[in-house]
Amino acid sequence: MSGSVVDNTVSSGNSSAAIPTDISGQILDLDEDDDLEVFSKDTNLTDGSSFNASMQTSPASMINQYKFEEEEDAETKDIFVTVDNPESHVTAIETYITYRVVTKTTRSEFDSSEFEVRRRYQDFLWLKGRLEEAHPTLIVHPLPEKFVMKGMVERFNEDFIETRRRALHRFLNKIAEHPIFSSSEDFKIFLTAASGELTSHKKQEFTEMQEYVEAFSQKISSVDKVTQRIVREQKEYLEELKECGPTYALWSQSEEELAESLKNVAGSVDRCCKETEEQVKHLNDHLIPVLHEYVLCADTLKAVLRRRDNIQADFEAKTEALATKKTDRDMMRDDLDKAEDRLEWANNALKSDWTRWQKVMRTDLRSAFVDTAERNVSYYEKCLAVWESFLNSQRTDAEGNGKVDFS
Amino acid sequence: MADSGSEDIAVIGNTDLTPSESENNLKNTMVETGTSLLKKMEISVAEAEKRTGKNAVNMQETYTVYLIETRPVDAASEGTNPVPDSLWRRYSEFELLRNYLLVTYPFLVVPPLPEKRAEFVWHKLSADNMDPDFVERRRVGLENFLLRVASHPVLSSDKIFYSFLTEENGWKETVFETGFQAKADSRLKALNATFRVKNPDKRFADMKHYGDELQSVISQLLRVRARAADRLYGVYKVHGNYGRVFSEWSAIEKEMGDGLQSAGHHMDAYAASVDDILEEEEHYADQLKEYLFYADALRAVCRKHELTQYELEMAALDLTSKKQQREELATGTIRTFSLKGMTSKLFGQETPEQREAKLNMLETQIEEGEELVKERNAECDEFVKSAWVDIERFKEQKDHDLREALISYAIMQISMCKKGIQVWNNAKECFSKM
Repeated sequence: MSGSVVDNTVSSGNSSAAIPTDISGQILDLDEDDDLEVFSKDTNLTDGSSFNASMQTSPASMINQYKFEEEEDAETKDIFVTVDNPESHVTAIETYITYRVVTKTTRSEFDSSEFEVRRRYQDFLWLKGRLEEAHPTLIVHPLPEKFVMKGMVERFNEDFIETRRRALHRFLNKIAEHPIFSSSEDFKIFLTAASGELTSHKKQEFTEMQEYVEAFSQKISSVDKVTQRIVREQKEYLEELKECGPTYALWSQSEEELAESLKNVAGSVDRCCKETEEQVKHLNDHLIPVLHEYVLCADTLKAVLRRRDNIQADFEAKTEALATKKTDRDMMRDDLDKAEDRLEWANNALKSDWTRWQKVMRTDLRSAFVDTAERNVSYYEKCLAVWESFLNSQRTDAEGNGKVDFS
Repeated sequence: MADSGSEDIAVIGNTDLTPSESENNLKNTMVETGTSLLKKMEISVAEAEKRTGKNAVNMQETYTVYLIETRPVDAASEGTNPVPDSLWRRYSEFELLRNYLLVTYPFLVVPPLPEKRAEFVWHKLSADNMDPDFVERRRVGLENFLLRVASHPVLSSDKIFYSFLTEENGWKETVFETGFQAKADSRLKALNATFRVKNPDKRFADMKHYGDELQSVISQLLRVRARAADRLYGVYKVHGNYGRVFSEWSAIEKEMGDGLQSAGHHMDAYAASVDDILEEEEHYADQLKEYLFYADALRAVCRKHELTQYELEMAALDLTSKKQQREELATGTIRTFSLKGMTSKLFGQETPEQREAKLNMLETQIEEGEELVKERNAECDEFVKSAWVDIERFKEQKDHDLREALISYAIMQISMCKKGIQVWNNAKECFSKM
């Protein structure tokens, strides 16, 4: 691919000129070759900076401008996304860059055929995270790296912004081309929602989690209750069954010919009683404790989500405070930054631990239920053996006595 | 009908025997004991129907009638299938028949009827006589009763029984014409009376005691079994809740959803399976109930024997006392205290003519008394002989039938276990896919 590199490559030229060497390594931590690979593929893409509103913007006319080496048939492309027009926003709290994201589409799930929204880097990060979470083993195209050192003037360097813009443009297009990602609800909202909407949609992730925890809590409590009820009923059944054996034994005392058979039945019933007792004990000792733990887990999850909400609320409160306060701004900004970090950390930590917890829960409950089912099979197998041996004893009795007992 | 030998093995070896199959085994057994009646006639209670009509006090009532079908044995084996003769009878007519047999053959253990009202029911079963399940079980019980009578060496040749099976109209009148009602009343009185026999026959006393024990222990068994059935029903049905909860839970899960959902279905199947299981067990309970009622019939025979013995003893006692009076009168000695003796002492001796008259009367009485004693003795002997033959027959029948019942109970338990194994293995597979 290196042969067809066009002067649009951004890698070597610009970066070395505008940014001090020690930082360039951090920003573009790639091999020269990888660099070329990454950027050369997209040479056929229309350069975002040359794209402006005055150009023909119908989807059909864009087909000629976007040529992909991919297998994708150009005529079937029904969504076009561009990232351009970076703008700086200065608010009382912070300064950041937003990019214009324009979407043109003929897809029916979109309410309209054209959308224009402004997005900041954070939003792209959010989108990437959502896609990765929803599809842990699919490959999401990378985003340009986050610039770790905030507040540095270099962030607002034109070249840096341009580089980033192009990368963001490529990122979105990769998503749009992806057979699964492009139909993601989060992607659609990213492209179409007003900023307020996007913010509340982002929060929705945790709302969804909350809803799940609520429902899970109910369901696991129900399972726990049902299991306890089963244990109760089994115990009561056992109490009644315990009287059967002795009754047969009592009967055998009045009989002569029948005595042996009745004693055998009594013995068999007693053995089944023992097995039933064991089975109840197993339920009590194995399944019930696990279920009970997950009932408690649900409460823990609720508390965790509550605490995360508190951290978010704290951040939002500080944000507002900074907007209204006139004095102590620097200290408040510091506080705010810390609050923002705490929130980000909390959210990320929760998200990954959530995934971990779900895996563990699934494993625990699966093995507990499998174990119970196995135990029940074993219970019935043992009882089956008891009654089959009774039948055998009857058969040998009949044959042994020589009497044709069944005539 | 296969030969007895291979049938035995089939009964035990084939653990998949259904209740109707084991019932057939019982019927085949009865047929094979080969009374002359059963050799020429096939009997069945084929159907049950609800009827409404006016009763004795002209009030509207609903009752059930049962269709008794009879058909000649050879016809079936010849390949032709003629329409069976049939007639409808209601439960009260069966009762009438049985009462007649009880009175006419007090020395026989008369087969019992299925219960009049559902007893020992566990909560799911209806105690309602009109309930279709109860009616069906009663139909089976009535057929069983007819076959028992038809396979009894003595009862099967009874004419009233034969006409019960074959003559729809006028049968009731025929029964009453036998005058058994009068005997029925006195029999009832006798059975309920308390009297003490001087020399009880040990065999009969033991038999009566056995009857008491059998009745007591079977009652207890039926009670315990009904309670256990109730509880078992609860255990199975609660598992149905798993089905519902798993289904709801699967809706909020991604990877676990399918496994949970399908496991839930198996839990529903498990819960539903208890209905069939307990229906089969009801059949076993019916077999026990028959012998519960048979115990009563056995006790009745023993009581009747006691009565016969008592009447003999009374007659003998009376004869002895009369003989004593004659002796006293003849020899003039008063050995026993009697009012006559007292009055004669107080008011003087009687005239020789008076004494002569009294002696003659006593002689007649003694003669009659001796006849009576001889009669009663013969009656008693006859009773003992016939009763004991039938009791032996009954014992053998009971041992055989109850053993079969226990075997069929074991088969039922095995079937229940097999179902359980299947369901939980299926559930395990679903859970492992969670």
